[in-house]
Amino acid sequence: MKKVFSRPKSLVDCQTHFCPGCTHGTAHRLVADAIDHFGVREKTIGVSGVGCAVFIYDYFAFDAIEAPHGRAPAVATGIKRVHPDKIVFTYQGDGDLASIGTSEIIHTANRGESITVIFINNTVYGMTGGQMAPTTLLGQKTTTTPYGRNFRNDGYPIRMAEMLATLEGVAYSTRVSMHNAKEVLKAKKAVRKAFEMQIADMGLTFVELLSACHTNWRVKPLEGQKRVEEEMIPYFTLGVFKERKEKDFL
Amino acid sequence: MAEKTLLKGNIALAQGAIAAGCRYYFGYPITPQNDIPEYLSGELPKIGGTFIQAESEVASINMVMGASAAGARVMTSSSGPGISLMQEGMSYMAGSELPALVVNVMRVGPGLGGIAPTQGDYFQATRGGGHGDYFNIVLAPASVQEMFDLAIKAFDLSDKYRNPAMILCDAVLGQMKEPVILEEKGAEAPPARPWALTGAKGRKPQFLKTLYLSDGEQEAHNLELKEKYDLMRKEDVLFEGKGLDDSEIVIVAFGTVSRIVKTAIQMAGDEGIRVGLIRPITLFPFPVEVVRRTVKKIPKVLVVEMNTGQMVEDVRLSIEDKVKLRFYGRPGGGIPTPEDVLREIKVTLDEKGF
Repeated sequence: MKKVFSRPKSLVDCQTHFCPGCTHGTAHRLVADAIDHFGVREKTIGVSGVGCAVFIYDYFAFDAIEAPHGRAPAVATGIKRVHPDKIVFTYQGDGDLASIGTSEIIHTANRGESITVIFINNTVYGMTGGQMAPTTLLGQKTTTTPYGRNFRNDGYPIRMAEMLATLEGVAYSTRVSMHNAKEVLKAKKAVRKAFEMQIADMGLTFVELLSACHTNWRVKPLEGQKRVEEEMIPYFTLGVFKERKEKDFL
Repeated sequence: MAEKTLLKGNIALAQGAIAAGCRYYFGYPITPQNDIPEYLSGELPKIGGTFIQAESEVASINMVMGASAAGARVMTSSSGPGISLMQEGMSYMAGSELPALVVNVMRVGPGLGGIAPTQGDYFQATRGGGHGDYFNIVLAPASVQEMFDLAIKAFDLSDKYRNPAMILCDAVLGQMKEPVILEEKGAEAPPARPWALTGAKGRKPQFLKTLYLSDGEQEAHNLELKEKYDLMRKEDVLFEGKGLDDSEIVIVAFGTVSRIVKTAIQMAGDEGIRVGLIRPITLFPFPVEVVRRTVKKIPKVLVVEMNTGQMVEDVRLSIEDKVKLRFYGRPGGGIPTPEDVLREIKVTLDEKGF
């Protein structure tokens, strides 16, 4: 009988600490699938951010390091410069990448480091208990915006994929979602492309994955997926914001 | 006789790093250490190395962390405010047991401060500096020759213990020129690093982390780190001792100040006063034993520093309360003169000096 579906080799067979229904598991699978697809598990090094993303070393079957909060792109830079032949990626949440780590992601992208960045945008700080993230939507209630995010006090939700697309060093910047099977399949293609372009040494590749955090959103999992579709996507437009076709560096 | 080269301290240090096999440098400009990145930005590409001017000291230390995790000998250098920004990364590196060299060519603080010579970062360097229960290996050169030699030594110790090492110096040592013998004495080939992240080819995946959640796991990790610090204290204390058998008084001073003290000791000798010197070369591990032994014979101690009293605490912890201990310090870029030190020697010898 033909086997059509199995656990990727790059994914460890274990129970995760993620809440039931959390899309981190899906994102992990997409990364593992891409690594397996290109047959690079034995030359991949992962760098995790701080937050729910930190435990990648427990879930992936390749080398990994835990970076200080927000600094994963700098750590990845050091690794990639020592091992230009290895596949290096960071896996970061929105507090990690879009708040405390903005300096590191922007300058790593600007240097065109040949790494892949997997960015989980779920509009809250997950592990610390649902505080406002830089991606929190206007009006969204969090534990630190009990009256809803107000732009006069808290500024606006930040669109990282669009912002990074403006940088010369970025080869690929896209935003995808994981709220239903169709979108997950599109996300799978995007993650694959990001690793494919890294293998071709084209510059930094960035995939923003819209994710649900129903625990901190205080909704049921299915409502969470609905919220991604109805509230997040209208603001965080899905699409490809930059895609280099060849090594067309300036 | 070995050939001597006239070199600036910062350049000697950079050459020492290259001699030690360091091929990776990540840093951010700050005075008075800019000669180091400027020199290495020219030299490293010639020998297959990598130089990156990072966007900040925060990024620098994390690039250092990544390169170290990947198995490379790697360094950064900075000064006061920049070193403060690196403390987070250094804590992570101590926690995940990653070797690297961090050079602090100190400048005056607190705050931005000026670039005059100072020893105000002694506490930060020797107490770990960042969060958590850890220490850096700290080496204090006192000549341009030692800027070269101790750079090599720092890499070797850092690898021996899988722990960050720091060179703590100041603008005098960084900027002045002296003849140096560029022998690669003690330079060991960078050791194999079986723990490095190189891709899980033909082996199990490896992880470098600082977060341990299982019951008792984090405590066990901290106790393992402590064993390393205890071993450093036992095996790798370095100091220079002079006149420790027959002096009336002993001075403890490190780095630039120890040179001024040596002149003062000569001046005192001319007046018939015998003064000994203990110059700690490793500030961590601190040479506790030699201080303890010496004060049993010479129970009058003068500590001279370019700060308001930092190393003096380590001296005090090394001796019994009854020992007479006097401190003389010049903070904020003030430099003690040999005459100042000679005066302090006399005050210390005088019973009323306490």
